[in-house]
Amino acid sequence: MTPGSLSRNPSVLIFLATLALFTLAVTFLSEAAGAGLISTSFVKTLGKTLCLCLIALAMDLIWGFAGILSLGHFAFFALGGYMIGMWLMYARTEVIVVEALAGAGLPPTPQEIRDGIASQIFGVVGGSDLPAIWAFAGSLPAQLALVVLVPGTLALVFGWLAFRSRVTGVYLSILTQAMTLALALYLFQNDSGLRGNNGLSGLQNIPGAEAVGQDWLSVWFFWASAAALGLGYALAAWVVSGKFGSVIRAIRDDEARVRFLGYPVEVYKLTVFTLTAVITAIAGALYYPQAGIINPAEMAPIASIYLAVWVAIGGRGRLYGAVIGAVFVSLLSSWFTGGRAPDLNLGFYTVKWVDWWQIVLGLSFVLVTLYAPRGIGGLFDLIAGLRAPDRRGAALGPGDGALREQEAKE
Amino acid sequence: MSALLEVSGISVTFDGFRAINNLSFEIGPAELRAVIGPNGAGKTTFMDIVTGKTRPDSGKVLFGERSVNLLGMTEAQIARAGVGRKFQRPTVFEDQSVAENLMMALKADRGPFAVLRWRPRPEHHARVAELASEVGLADHLPRKAGELSHGQKQWLEIGMLLAQEPRLLLVDEPAAGMTLAEREHTTRLLVDLAKTRAVVVVEHDMDFVRRLACKVTVLHEGAVLAEGSLDHVTRNPAVIEVYLGRG
Repeated sequence: MTPGSLSRNPSVLIFLATLALFTLAVTFLSEAAGAGLISTSFVKTLGKTLCLCLIALAMDLIWGFAGILSLGHFAFFALGGYMIGMWLMYARTEVIVVEALAGAGLPPTPQEIRDGIASQIFGVVGGSDLPAIWAFAGSLPAQLALVVLVPGTLALVFGWLAFRSRVTGVYLSILTQAMTLALALYLFQNDSGLRGNNGLSGLQNIPGAEAVGQDWLSVWFFWASAAALGLGYALAAWVVSGKFGSVIRAIRDDEARVRFLGYPVEVYKLTVFTLTAVITAIAGALYYPQAGIINPAEMAPIASIYLAVWVAIGGRGRLYGAVIGAVFVSLLSSWFTGGRAPDLNLGFYTVKWVDWWQIVLGLSFVLVTLYAPRGIGGLFDLIAGLRAPDRRGAALGPGDGALREQEAKE
Repeated sequence: MSALLEVSGISVTFDGFRAINNLSFEIGPAELRAVIGPNGAGKTTFMDIVTGKTRPDSGKVLFGERSVNLLGMTEAQIARAGVGRKFQRPTVFEDQSVAENLMMALKADRGPFAVLRWRPRPEHHARVAELASEVGLADHLPRKAGELSHGQKQWLEIGMLLAQEPRLLLVDEPAAGMTLAEREHTTRLLVDLAKTRAVVVVEHDMDFVRRLACKVTVLHEGAVLAEGSLDHVTRNPAVIEVYLGRG
């Protein structure tokens, strides 16, 4: 990052400083580091929230900047989680199996250990063989590489097919959602090799760190998530700051015109799609060890729609907006659905937030889209005195994802 | 002098309607040409074919010294080969500043990774400022293009075309919606540009065409009806019949 791009994006420094302060504060208030004011489970919730911010950031890059409403990014998120989950589960089961076999007289052969692991992991789906996709599960570096490679390759192939045929707008959204649904349905099958609807579990136990308590592990993962978010934010800001940012915003507003400037629009879309898929996968790989469990329900189409809602409520086309949206909605959501919100007694009816939260969320999405399209991030424009241009209702370009009048800044 | 663009025998049919019918057209590397014709004569379709937006059913479109066939290339590849196009309605990126619009159009590597690493150097800023003053937008560089007036957007788009440094420039009705002074400026600019590159102007306005003082191609029903100086073609009885006679 050059000094020029930093001075043009003061939000990067503000964001990184805020994130650093927040990380320090949570660390000192956690159970691990002393004060104990924040429970270990809440540290995990905060860490997971940071991962969700990272995926929201990716969503803002692809939707807010490049105008592609992808409803498939949670597939990449979950795939990233599965890839790290395979190693976590394999390595931890290996420890258990080796311990169990140590009691026998003869030292166990590698084959015995492998069979033991396979029947431990796959007994639940009635199998005892390790599927071929688990070939590298014993190696952490290999699975870490797969965290990036598997979702990245899927995005590359899928994106190439979709963008090459010039599918845009709502049809592309449907296509991405179909991809996600197909993948989820495939993984639900027991013979898909990833334990069907049981998914992978026990991911909160880190092999080799058995001596470390969950209180410290949660803080470690919190730090890692914060670091990933910070790096992701800086990367995204760098990507959108220069001419590349100009080109992808131009593609969002009027892709036909960009072609006549000589830019290969499809290649740009593919680049952004794949880049954001990789960022998303990394977020997933950090999220699921904190969640402890992953199953195919995680990539249900609704999850990707939530993602779009976070970005819309936070304010599309501004990086901090996506992060604010993700924090705000996901924390509020876990408060309402966690049963901690007091019921609202209306006399004739008692509103139980666990049931009503979804409706409140849906309604606020509709209201934000209609009346405050700049979302929560738009409040910063109010403070800075920026208003929307008066364009008599015309969008900023003919593209499907083009900024609407109310979203633009004067 | 060999031709820069050589269109031969192209035909295109939309739902049974022959928009272009065995059209042939040639233009030299430094030439100004006006294309006129009544509505539906195929002027815009002709430009669509050359820029890759529409694929013809038959024919060839050869470009440059090495006579590359533009058919089969994407719009972006054709633009990179050196064909620039100015649309009838000004199309600029309204959410971006005048400077950003021009910077994007500057001739440079268009690949995503090259663009990702690209950062403007002083000479690029200088070139953008020079282009902006050439089209009368020097004071508007930081403004968003969406705030400009219709005429200013036209100028910005022309500036972007200049920034692309195309070898062939296709201009669709440049004078539409311009004031008299602006038209004169446009005329001068086009004549000037045609000294170093090929410029094809599609125009309805006969006054404007007369001012360009160049060779004229008359299209009718997707084919060339007449070619020559404006006076020559306006004396052609067939042209009078289909075009001028109907006023």
